[in-house]
Amino acid sequence: MSQLLLDPYVALVLVGFLPSEIWRWIGIAVGRGLDEKSEFIVWVRAVAISLVAGVVTRIVLFPPGALASVPLSVRIAALGCGFLAFYFARRSPFAGVLVGEAVLVAGALAFGG
Amino acid sequence: MSAPAPERTFETATSAFLFGARTAATSVFMFVITVTYIGFGALCHDYGLPVVWAMFSTVLIWAGPAQVILVTALGSGSALIEGALAVGLSSVRLLPMVVALLPLVKRERSRAWQLLVPVHFMAVSVWVEAMRLAPGVPREHRIPFCNGIGTMLLATAVMATAAGYYLSAALPVLFGAAAMFITPLSFLVSTARNSRLLVEKVAFGLGLIIAPLLAYEKIQLDLLWTGVVGGSLAYGVSRMRKAAT
Repeated sequence: MSQLLLDPYVALVLVGFLPSEIWRWIGIAVGRGLDEKSEFIVWVRAVAISLVAGVVTRIVLFPPGALASVPLSVRIAALGCGFLAFYFARRSPFAGVLVGEAVLVAGALAFGG
Repeated sequence: MSAPAPERTFETATSAFLFGARTAATSVFMFVITVTYIGFGALCHDYGLPVVWAMFSTVLIWAGPAQVILVTALGSGSALIEGALAVGLSSVRLLPMVVALLPLVKRERSRAWQLLVPVHFMAVSVWVEAMRLAPGVPREHRIPFCNGIGTMLLATAVMATAAGYYLSAALPVLFGAAAMFITPLSFLVSTARNSRLLVEKVAFGLGLIIAPLLAYEKIQLDLLWTGVVGGSLAYGVSRMRKAAT
C-alpha cells in the first residue's frame, strides 16, 4: 500500500474532505424529500442521538493521542462529574463542560498525565 | 422535540442570520469550539503541517474527530485508503444528523445545490443548537438562521486553529488532552439537554453503552451499528409504550 506521500493539500481533499463530506451529501439526497412529521424521521433522530452518544464513550474509553496519557479512571470520573454538574445545575451545558474539564485537569495532575 | 409555534419573526433573512450568529456566540459551543480548535492548531504545528493547511482543514472538513484522525494518519504515514476509511467511519454521524434536520429547515422549493452550504455547516455543535431553536423560527428563515450559527462557529474555529498553531509552544502540557476531552464532554451534555422525549432518552442511553461494547469486541463499523441498533431499539421501545397506553 502506498504511503501518504501525496501533497498535503491533495491529501486534505481526498483523505479528509471527501470521506467526511460524502455523508452530508447523502444526507441531502435522503432527507430532502421527507416530511417533518414522518415516523422515519423519528427513527433517524433516534439513530443520530445514539450515534453521537456512542462517539462520547468511544473517545473517552479509546482516546486518541494526548488524551490517552490521562488515566482511564480520571477520564471516566471527569465525564461523570461533568454530567452530574450539568444535571444539578438545571441542565446547564456550561456547568457540565467546566466541571468536567476541571476534574480532568485536576485528576491528570494528581494521578499522572 | 415537538415543534412549538414560531415565537420570533424576522424582517429579513439577514436579521435571521444575525440572530443565528448571536445565538452561537452566547452558546457553550463558542467556548468548546475555541478550545477544541486551539488544540487542533497546536496538533498540526506539532506534526509539521503548514498553518494554512490547518485552517483549510477546519473550513473543509469541519468535524473535529475526523480532523484529528487525518493529521495523525498523515503523520504516521499510514496507507491512504486506511486513512480515508477511518475519516469516513468517524463522520458517519453526519448522515442521520443531516437527514433529521433537513425536513425541519428546508422549504418546498429548496433545491439540492442550495442545501450544500447549509449542510456543510452541520457538525454536532451547529446541529444541537439548530434542532433546539429552529422550531421557534419561522420556516422561511430557518436556513439563514442555521447558516448564522454555522458561520459564527466555523469562523471562530478557523481563528482558533491559527491561534493554537502559533501558541503551540506556550500551551501547557495538559492542554492537548483537555482539548480532546471537551469534544465528548460537550456532546454528552448538549445531547442530554436536547433529549426530552422517551425515544430520545433511550437512544441516548443505549448509544453510551453499545458503542464501547462494540469497539471492545472490535466489531467493524462500530459507530454505525451503535446508531442503527441503539436508535432502532429506542424507537421500538417508544412504539410499544405508545401501543400500551
